[in-house]
Amino acid sequence: MLAKRIIPCLDIKNGRTVKGINFVDLRDAGDPVELGKLYSQQGADELVFLDITATINKRKTLSDLVKKIAKEINIPFTVGGGIRSVEDANILLQSGADKISINSAAVKKPNLINELAKNFGSQFVVVAIDAKLIDGEWKVHLNGGRIPTNLNLLEWARECEDRGAGEILFTSMNNDGTKKGFENNMLSKMSDQLSIPIIASGGAGAMEDFYDVFTDGKADAGLAASIFHFKEIEILDLKKYLKTKGITVRI
Amino acid sequence: MKVAIIDYNAGNVQSVKFALERLGINGILTNDYKEILGADKVIFPGVGEANSTMIQLQKLGLDKVIPNLKQPVLGVCLGMQLMCSHSEENDTNCLNIIEQKVFRFQPTSKLVKVPHVGWNNISVKNNSWISKKNSEKYVYFVHSYFVEIGEFTIATTDYIQPFSAALKKDNFYATQFHPEKSGSVGEQILQNFLTTNL
Repeated sequence: MLAKRIIPCLDIKNGRTVKGINFVDLRDAGDPVELGKLYSQQGADELVFLDITATINKRKTLSDLVKKIAKEINIPFTVGGGIRSVEDANILLQSGADKISINSAAVKKPNLINELAKNFGSQFVVVAIDAKLIDGEWKVHLNGGRIPTNLNLLEWARECEDRGAGEILFTSMNNDGTKKGFENNMLSKMSDQLSIPIIASGGAGAMEDFYDVFTDGKADAGLAASIFHFKEIEILDLKKYLKTKGITVRI
Repeated sequence: MKVAIIDYNAGNVQSVKFALERLGINGILTNDYKEILGADKVIFPGVGEANSTMIQLQKLGLDKVIPNLKQPVLGVCLGMQLMCSHSEENDTNCLNIIEQKVFRFQPTSKLVKVPHVGWNNISVKNNSWISKKNSEKYVYFVHSYFVEIGEFTIATTDYIQPFSAALKKDNFYATQFHPEKSGSVGEQILQNFLTTNL
């Protein structure tokens, strides 16, 4: 049976992980390759590397890093952050990325999704959507959630699928950082309306939150950052817990 | 040992090369038929759409080379599907090495997603190069089309319906899943292929 996926997300700045400071058993907790490897050994099903660097040399730094990750890590990984063109994506593919994630660039130029899917296949294209519930309506936000748009979340998610996205990574800004659980209502609606896998993000604080997101939220994968980085939850413990609750996971 | 990885613009071939490196082998990315013919082992990867990929193989003349290879050949994902006789994906005639057909997953409900993405377990039928001890182990899949179960199926997986997770016919080996992305289980399966003797 297809297993539900647990995905740690690593924020990268200038080739180093940000936040990954609580790991005593790493020689260098700032090294994304080491941290990724550790997560992979602990049972992570996939990894997401999100580059938040804002310098001109970014592209080169990122492709070098992707190459290092691809050499060391034997599970799938996604790279996101500042991908604006087929060329940007191709550099990352050639460096060994399994998937890329696009966010603001897709909203600004929706045809980018079609172009990426056509050139590299849908399996390569994850569309990340940040959205916030404002006055009863879910609105898509840009630039890491800083800029609101008029796009309706579900309509945009469906459009992404129609244009060839292989997966949707939905972050609820209302839940993000609260540790009160994922946005299961919206996730469940999204899962009902879309036929591609949904990765849930934002709000994980306890193991029960993952159980809820896989049952009530109908999500295919659960993504989190700080609870893993700060060792509040160990991936293997989480998977053992989910298994006892009847969720199919890879252990 | 010389391992050729057929490079024909078919997705993430680098990850296959890196996976071999982790096993201590320097694979050669190539679409040169002489180099392919001269290799001890050949890996035929592939991600993408069947029809355009077949056209690409024809352009390079590889549609004639691959079926006639005598050394062990491992097809992965689309590579496995292209080893079969026909794919439902844009009604494509494939290399016809293995007489089994490729169909699209038909979702039975809204909750069943296509593509089949993620980790699923394999059930090993014959104790072949994918040994029985890997039965029920999880490996990584990404695909919308599947190879039907047939004479050359040696492992199956269940998603919507049971389908071929791995094939073996003569010197041709194939996996629908990505051993290069399937953690330590995948590494061991790759190693089995690399150490296989005809």
